[in-house]
Amino acid sequence: MATIKVALVGQPNVGKSALINSVGNARLRVGNFSGVTVKKEVVRFSREGYDFEITDLPGSYSLTDYTIEERITKHYLDDNDYDLILNVVDSTNIERNLYLTTELLALNKKLVVALNMTDEAVKEGVNIDEHQLGKILGVPCVKTSAIEKTGIDELIQALIKTYNLRENRFHLQFSEVYEQEICHIVSFLEEKKIQCKISLKALAIKLLREDKETYQRFHEEPVWVELQPIVNNGYQHLYLHYDTKDLDDIFNDEKLALAKGAVAETVQFEKQVKTTFTDKIDSLLMHKFVGLPIFLFMMWGLFQLTFEVGSIPMDWIDAFFSLLIDATKSFLGDTELASVIADGAIAGVGAVVLFLPNIFILFLGIALLETTGYMSRVAFLLDGFFHKFGLHGKSFIPLVSGFGCSVPAYMAARTLKNDRDRLLTLFIIGFMSCGARLPIYVLFVGAFFAEHHAGNLLFLIYISGALLGIIAAKVLKMTAFKGDDEPFVMEMPKYRLPSLKLLWHTVSGQALMYLKKAGTFILLASVLVWFASNYPKQPEVEQQYQVKVEQAENETAISALNNELALYKLEHSYLGVIGHASEPFFAPLGYDWRMAVALETGLAAKEVVVATLGVLYGLGEEEDESSSGLVDKIRANISLPAGISFIVFVMIYLPCLAASLVFMREAGSWKYLAYLFVFTTVTAWILSFVAFNVAQALT
Amino acid sequence: MTLDNLKKGQSATVTAINASKELKNRFSSFGLVKGANVYTEEYSLAKKTMEIRINKTRIAIRASEAEKVEIA
Repeated sequence: MATIKVALVGQPNVGKSALINSVGNARLRVGNFSGVTVKKEVVRFSREGYDFEITDLPGSYSLTDYTIEERITKHYLDDNDYDLILNVVDSTNIERNLYLTTELLALNKKLVVALNMTDEAVKEGVNIDEHQLGKILGVPCVKTSAIEKTGIDELIQALIKTYNLRENRFHLQFSEVYEQEICHIVSFLEEKKIQCKISLKALAIKLLREDKETYQRFHEEPVWVELQPIVNNGYQHLYLHYDTKDLDDIFNDEKLALAKGAVAETVQFEKQVKTTFTDKIDSLLMHKFVGLPIFLFMMWGLFQLTFEVGSIPMDWIDAFFSLLIDATKSFLGDTELASVIADGAIAGVGAVVLFLPNIFILFLGIALLETTGYMSRVAFLLDGFFHKFGLHGKSFIPLVSGFGCSVPAYMAARTLKNDRDRLLTLFIIGFMSCGARLPIYVLFVGAFFAEHHAGNLLFLIYISGALLGIIAAKVLKMTAFKGDDEPFVMEMPKYRLPSLKLLWHTVSGQALMYLKKAGTFILLASVLVWFASNYPKQPEVEQQYQVKVEQAENETAISALNNELALYKLEHSYLGVIGHASEPFFAPLGYDWRMAVALETGLAAKEVVVATLGVLYGLGEEEDESSSGLVDKIRANISLPAGISFIVFVMIYLPCLAASLVFMREAGSWKYLAYLFVFTTVTAWILSFVAFNVAQALT
Repeated sequence: MTLDNLKKGQSATVTAINASKELKNRFSSFGLVKGANVYTEEYSLAKKTMEIRINKTRIAIRASEAEKVEIA
């Protein structure tokens, strides 16, 4: 069976993914475009005796290098191997969509145009003569609707027919002046028998547009000496005719004229709808005063859902993994193997899976915000405020998610399309205190302050964290991420309800990717942490304690002995050795080696900090923040200034291993993780030092 | 006059765009070109961001970018 490779191209919000999802029996494979976090989706299905392999390229307004998405699309179309392009077009906004189509036509590949959202166009009184349009563009145009699933069969027929065309006719007709210059260059290239992957006409257009890569290619060739004057001559003619020296302007003019002409000849606008559905909603949601409160309320609802509803399956997952750990241990016995599998691998992977419900609900919410078109409005509403701090309107969602858990927050930063904006947002997400840090705050606030102050103090901790984050953004923007602001020009798409299938496919894809990638990393890392806290072994000491335990008289004595042993083992493990070694580093902040170890184990997960403190201050391992025993111990062993300094440090330093690895993946390089580590640790150290000394001076 | 001065509910014609090549290309892919008709839909609270409409396309644009678009 022949395989037809299709490159799926379209502007954002034209229902590209929805269209491809409405093809029956499609199998989807989700991956990444090499080197970037932009999702790559390949859909395969068989129809009419052909195998189809459709690569869904990221939505692009034009074939430029403006955003990562557009860069990917442009490079894919230039360099990759595919049989034809399927261009999806929003029928209700056809003129603007045809700008891209004309650029695609200039590539001179086999092309099929899908006039999508026909159902909406009919409702809005937009009548398109697709046969006439097809004649003008020289490629088949098919009316489709992803929602009503019409035109799908016709589209597939058109794809097969175009695939089987022996030769591809170049049908795009520019203005006479432009065509003439193209013609000059083409005839020269023909004479010289230049071989090229793309057609000579497409090559000539690239030359006339000053395409960098094309120039780089020709620069090395001897033919350049002769080609250059011809191209230069062409420029001079165009400059004269268009009265501008901007070749982009000239080509854009050509593009617009083509689109305008095609629309004038083939589209009829029956009725002029005065206020559309979108207008009505926008008058409320974009309102100067009402808009923001409505948005904040929706956000509040989303986070309630994420962390309240999400906590239910989280309990189940937690219980399941505890069971699994116990079962593994009882099955394999008290061996090293059992320990590394249960306490290392399963516990580590369990910690990753634990966040799955959160991620799922949060991403469902975000997918809804994005696919309905509301996200752009949010960016509009918040951009003014965030821009002051060097952030982007869309930074809001990842930052607020950070209060729940940094893992989904880092992933949510994907909605930011610009590299620098995204990196800056990723760097300050950690300042939003995540849920796992709450137990530590509760423990320390409980130990040092009266109960009726606790609530206010917790609020203060969270707010000051957020403020610090915004200040940090400003500082980073003025130093590390210095540079001109990226222009903020963004389409506000029409409001549309996405299909359930599309939502499911978006969210499940993200959840799967999280499981797959974070899971493999974390598995490795958890085993490492397990190793560092369990080795080297102390068989002699263990034996001594074994004897003591056997001689012990009652339960309390036994558990005290076990604690002593656990403490001894942890102190002499690699982790403990590191803790002792790092004591001088933490001494100016008022910490002893135990607090240092607690902070270091906290790098694995913040939940571990309280448990470690429990072990180190001589209580059982099963400690939580509510146990009054630990609170008393903390009060007895740690001074108030050291306690405050500890809270400040926890507020700022790296969230946890899972988050760090997700950060690394989203930022795109381990280098950034190293920067983040240095940045947060230094900031945490300095502020804790200040807090310690101020508190000491006051008390 | 530049686009950032266009009051809510008013429309005007673009006479020139004084932006970098990149931004100009972006504008053009939204239909914001010389000769296009723009309409102001809404301003944000601090007037730092505005929503405009060109034909059927609505775009959000910062005042600092709108400054680069001359209208009449």
